[in-house]
Amino acid sequence: MAFLKIAHLEKSFGTTRVVKDFDLEIERGEFVSLLGPSGCGKTTVLRMVAGFETPSSGAIIVDGKDIVGLRPNQRNIGMVFQAYALFPNLTVAENVAFGLKIKGTPAEQRDARVKEMLAMIGLPDLGGRYPFQLSGGQQQRVALARALAVQPQVLLLDEPLSALDAKIRVSLRTQIRDIQRELGITTIFVTHDQEEALSISDRIVVMNGGVAEQVGAPFEIYNRPATRFVAQFVGTLNLIEADVTLPETGTVRIGTTEISLGRPLKPGRVTLACRPEAVSLGLADGRPLVLHAEIGEVHFLGAVIRVQARAGRTTLSLDTFNRPDTPPPAAGDKVQVSISPADLLVLEA
Amino acid sequence: MADLSSVRRMLTPRWLGVAPFFLFALMFLILPALSIVFGAFRAPGGGFTLDNVAGLNTPTIRGAYWVSIRLSFWSALLGCAIGFAMAAAIVLGGLPRGIRSPMLTFSGVASNFAGLPLAFAFIATIGPAGLITVWLRTEFGINLRAATGFNLFSTTGLIITYLFFQVPLMILIITPALDGLKREWREAASMLGATGWQYWRMVALPILLPSLLGTFALLFANSFGAVATAFALAGPQLNIAPILLFSQIRGDVLGNPGLGYALAFGMIVITGGANAAYLILRARAERWQK
Repeated sequence: MAFLKIAHLEKSFGTTRVVKDFDLEIERGEFVSLLGPSGCGKTTVLRMVAGFETPSSGAIIVDGKDIVGLRPNQRNIGMVFQAYALFPNLTVAENVAFGLKIKGTPAEQRDARVKEMLAMIGLPDLGGRYPFQLSGGQQQRVALARALAVQPQVLLLDEPLSALDAKIRVSLRTQIRDIQRELGITTIFVTHDQEEALSISDRIVVMNGGVAEQVGAPFEIYNRPATRFVAQFVGTLNLIEADVTLPETGTVRIGTTEISLGRPLKPGRVTLACRPEAVSLGLADGRPLVLHAEIGEVHFLGAVIRVQARAGRTTLSLDTFNRPDTPPPAAGDKVQVSISPADLLVLEA
Repeated sequence: MADLSSVRRMLTPRWLGVAPFFLFALMFLILPALSIVFGAFRAPGGGFTLDNVAGLNTPTIRGAYWVSIRLSFWSALLGCAIGFAMAAAIVLGGLPRGIRSPMLTFSGVASNFAGLPLAFAFIATIGPAGLITVWLRTEFGINLRAATGFNLFSTTGLIITYLFFQVPLMILIITPALDGLKREWREAASMLGATGWQYWRMVALPILLPSLLGTFALLFANSFGAVATAFALAGPQLNIAPILLFSQIRGDVLGNPGLGYALAFGMIVITGGANAAYLILRARAERWQK
């Protein structure tokens, strides 16, 4: 049985159903991200696990025990908030020691644990400072140490990186993941940032309109999106309209080119999708779908160059690696782009 | 040259906007205060003297200050306690949101409702022939004074009357501080195992304490300097510092201008101290909330 099981969870505010029949099973030590746009219900799910919201129905079972009826302070769950939520009247060390003090941990053990936690987050000498004397990244690390000091059975991270600048965000998310792995703590991470979710999660739950659209590993979510929403929300997607010419073999016509997708399709028009990295500049073996295009915008991103190419009424984004000996195409260049049928996803309506 | 350029900077039009305020403060606050300070240390024939200040050390004047301090202390303490409870109910309690705006508007009005109208309102309600006093007597046979010993024209009566403006003032000042308590602090404390009481004892009250103490100091000064309400309610027989000073200025009791200055100087020192404490503590409170 899963360590944390959420079954048929529902939450309504008035007549609005915010979370609808939500199911999720998380193994011990797993890092699971709830990913979705604002208002999709991910934070509400997290707050129900924390105990700040009462489910309208459903169960939340941790280590075999339903915790829905317990108050937040009885659940032994740690939480890190978006706005740090450090107590401003307490020093860093006092903040980290707060939960231990509540538990009645003897002072010596408490001090040792605080030292251990501050060393773990890389701030061993800042115990005497007040929160306002720390940077945002330091404050969030202290908040993490405070949440972990009491050895909770589950750790909840509510968009903990949103308030930080880009560089700190990347380094801190790596640190969070390292600490989580080291402690083996079961973690639920809420974010609306797909790159964050893809980079640090064991599994991702993509949420939309209060339901889980897809649950899977980052590779699976990105490469095999189960729904149109997941395909469009996670990563950049090129959409190509096509006419189905032979439904039995999945043959479609795009412009003047006909290709077979190798699976049956419904007759009529169909929307195909592919990632920018699946589109190649020029002809290539195994890429029979060839489109004539004109280069539009060219964005130099360092290691990668993102190119916009217009093929008829379709605009395609494609990524190529930066090679110092090969200059990128220029706006207005006439080019051919090629795509493998295996990289084309059929988006259901 | 540097001095000249800074003077030029000072004379830019942007300073003209605040010039009336500075002029007003100079004429009606700074100059009168300086006049009181000089007067307190000036002999009748001119020259420096400590006799005026030493003259404060009489049983009547010491008693007046002591009653004033007690009156101000209790009205400030009760004003803080009641006002805090009401503000907490508005901000953190489960009261409907629609209550907040009318309550704050009423507080704004009531905190400035003092003097003769306030005294009359209380005399008309809980005075010896007040509406409530008579209603209690006729409907329930309760004689307020005989049953409880309550007398509106006593120090206790004055404290109750002062609460009419002290409580709203507390509500106005403490509401923003309560708004500043972040929901995440309570939630974080709860996730760390704290009960509601532990959160208040270890987090919320220490954060609010400078604001509470600061507001207490402000309410103390507010009550200490109030004269119109006290005089309208109890007349000259109530021995408190503002009334003593008022009588002194009118010249019908003591008739010693030097002592009058010294009385006023003593009040400035006490209220100034209370306000200084307020400013210091408020600065500390704001530092925590950065």
